Amino acid sequence: MKTIAKLTLALLIAFAPMGCDQGGKGAPAGGGASSAKAESATIKIGEYASLTGPTATFGQSSHKGLELAINEVNAAGGVLGKKIELITEDDQSKPEEARTAVLKLIRQDEVVAVLGEMASSRSLAAAPEAQRAKVPMISPGSTNPQVTRVGDYIFRVCFIDPFQGGTMARFAVEDLKATKAAVLVDVKNDYSVGLAEFFVKKFQDLGGTILAQESYTEGDTDFRAQLTKIRELKPEVMFIPGYYTEVGLIAQQARELGIDVPLLGGDAWDSPVTLEIGKDAVNNSYFSNHYSADDPDPTVQDFIKKFEQTYGETAGADGSKKKPDAMAVLGYDAGKLIADAIKRAGSADPAAIRDAIAATKGFPGVTGSITINAERNAEKPIVILKIEDQQIKFVKRIEP
Amino acid sequence: MDVFFQQLVNGLAWGSIYALIALGYTMVYGILKLINFAHGEIYMLGAMTGYYAARALGFDDGPSIIGLFTVLTISMVVCAAVGMLIERVAYRPLRNAPRLAPLITAIGVSLFLQYSGQIVFGPDPKVPPELLAKSTLFTVGSVPVNNVQVVVLVVSLALCAGLTWIVHRTRMGRAMRAVSYDRQAAALMGINTDKTIAFTFAVGSALAAAAGILVGLYNPKVEPLMGLMPGLKAFVAAVLGGIGNIPGAMLGGVILGVAETLVSGYLSSTYRDAIAFVILIVILLVRPTGLLGSTAKEKV
Repeated sequence: MKTIAKLTLALLIAFAPMGCDQGGKGAPAGGGASSAKAESATIKIGEYASLTGPTATFGQSSHKGLELAINEVNAAGGVLGKKIELITEDDQSKPEEARTAVLKLIRQDEVVAVLGEMASSRSLAAAPEAQRAKVPMISPGSTNPQVTRVGDYIFRVCFIDPFQGGTMARFAVEDLKATKAAVLVDVKNDYSVGLAEFFVKKFQDLGGTILAQESYTEGDTDFRAQLTKIRELKPEVMFIPGYYTEVGLIAQQARELGIDVPLLGGDAWDSPVTLEIGKDAVNNSYFSNHYSADDPDPTVQDFIKKFEQTYGETAGADGSKKKPDAMAVLGYDAGKLIADAIKRAGSADPAAIRDAIAATKGFPGVTGSITINAERNAEKPIVILKIEDQQIKFVKRIEP
Repeated sequence: MDVFFQQLVNGLAWGSIYALIALGYTMVYGILKLINFAHGEIYMLGAMTGYYAARALGFDDGPSIIGLFTVLTISMVVCAAVGMLIERVAYRPLRNAPRLAPLITAIGVSLFLQYSGQIVFGPDPKVPPELLAKSTLFTVGSVPVNNVQVVVLVVSLALCAGLTWIVHRTRMGRAMRAVSYDRQAAALMGINTDKTIAFTFAVGSALAAAAGILVGLYNPKVEPLMGLMPGLKAFVAAVLGGIGNIPGAMLGGVILGVAETLVSGYLSSTYRDAIAFVILIVILLVRPTGLLGSTAKEKV
């Protein structure tokens, strides 16, 4: 027994420095691989998205948009004389899988940039890996401010939650004349928590009162307990910064219990599923978004036409026609932006691409003109939409 | 006080769903000492079958009582068959293996159904057709009680009563009790234990399917991962009531539903999921046999 222990100890001591040594050598080897990357026939860009799992419409939509953008770039001759190769990984709507997917893209596929994720929780899980490997990452739709604070290689092409939450609070006070609000937040979701926080702050700054902040967790189907509590407090608006997967049911149960006030939400409401589940209950609701399919702007209408030509018309479960959602548009913008950045960088070196992304000014995206600011966030307009008679209608556009 | 009654009504309806799922756990445990972790997925399949059956049979234009009962029957039959199939393929070959092996297989079956469900049905939430128009049936004080809540409660109670009748008044029920008491001795007495166990799975799965249909009426959103949390909660409910005990599972489910609702109503909704597991820990410490469980050998 004693000899075995000694032997183990000896082995451990012998191998421990070797382990460290290998780690030390790993870094320059990685550097060598990145110079080899420039020689390859295509420029590889990685994408990680929720193609399956509870929030699959996010990933599927953004993937379609991104794919459309890359195909267009390649059809026009690619960048730097090479085609862009898009490598897509599914993260199953799970933060831990997002991290694994990004590691695989960077280490195994040796991509020069990563695009993803819609959900802030998943972007936050994966961003440290991109930062550590010094590979630029662009999130198409994560609005939580923390995402780009991970490091100087992390960017996004959407607005952030202080702007989104603040805009909805201002809208509630100024346009809906509300003074008392209740908030129902998904506590395990960084996006939802962040958005609620900024809404509450702005609403109180504008003289409003927050009557209650109740919570739920993604996947819940029964919200009657929280809603019963909220009903007794008689709010004038209810802010529900959750994902489309729960919003429909929350709205139904709220109406069933007699809460008839306008419901407010954020860009995560944008999915055909919200209307499918919510039916009449989501009428008289407002949410902020990145774009509106009703926007007469020719860039928007042109995009919708191209999208429908490629993927056919998106049909809801009831067979009705649906326009591409904001996630598709954001994926498209992220794809176009990265191609443009590589072109401007003049090289497929990740560091040069990073600098080019950081220098983006007035890039003409479908979701508006995109300027990347010092915090690596996009400064761009926001639109407010209303759900009325089961239709999503454009209310107004607010510039930053 | 009105708020309290409203929460109680909410909790009772939700608890009956847990109770129906818990019955399947408890029966399978009673007869095989196996915690069938795939049971939550049977509940999901029940809801999915209901969704597709209702659409295929054209019950999606509007509410109809005939539609509701047809869909309920189809879903229960389909899930009974699936339950028996799972038992035949995944558990029967391990009948004499150490108890850990079928337990791990059960987890495997559960994951298999969750993920193949995402491929077959698609990962997006689906909306089951409205088979019962929601309307307020009566009001107590200012508390609206709607017909769906009443239907959920009544159907659950009826199914539980039916199950009790099967177990105590039929030959198959007697065989089930005998097998749960001592499988080998029952086999020696000429009971076909494989058939009895398959029957137990069929009944348990049919009840889970019923829960799936009822939840489709009550909270109309079905998706392939919907069985995960209710499955775990129902397991807690079964342990709470005394695993292996039928009225116990019913009681456990209702207590859990009401406890969850009251916790989110009066404390914070953040603790909603926590309460189930707090109850599980407390019951395991204080009364490991559960509320109605006894040390008596007769289970099921």
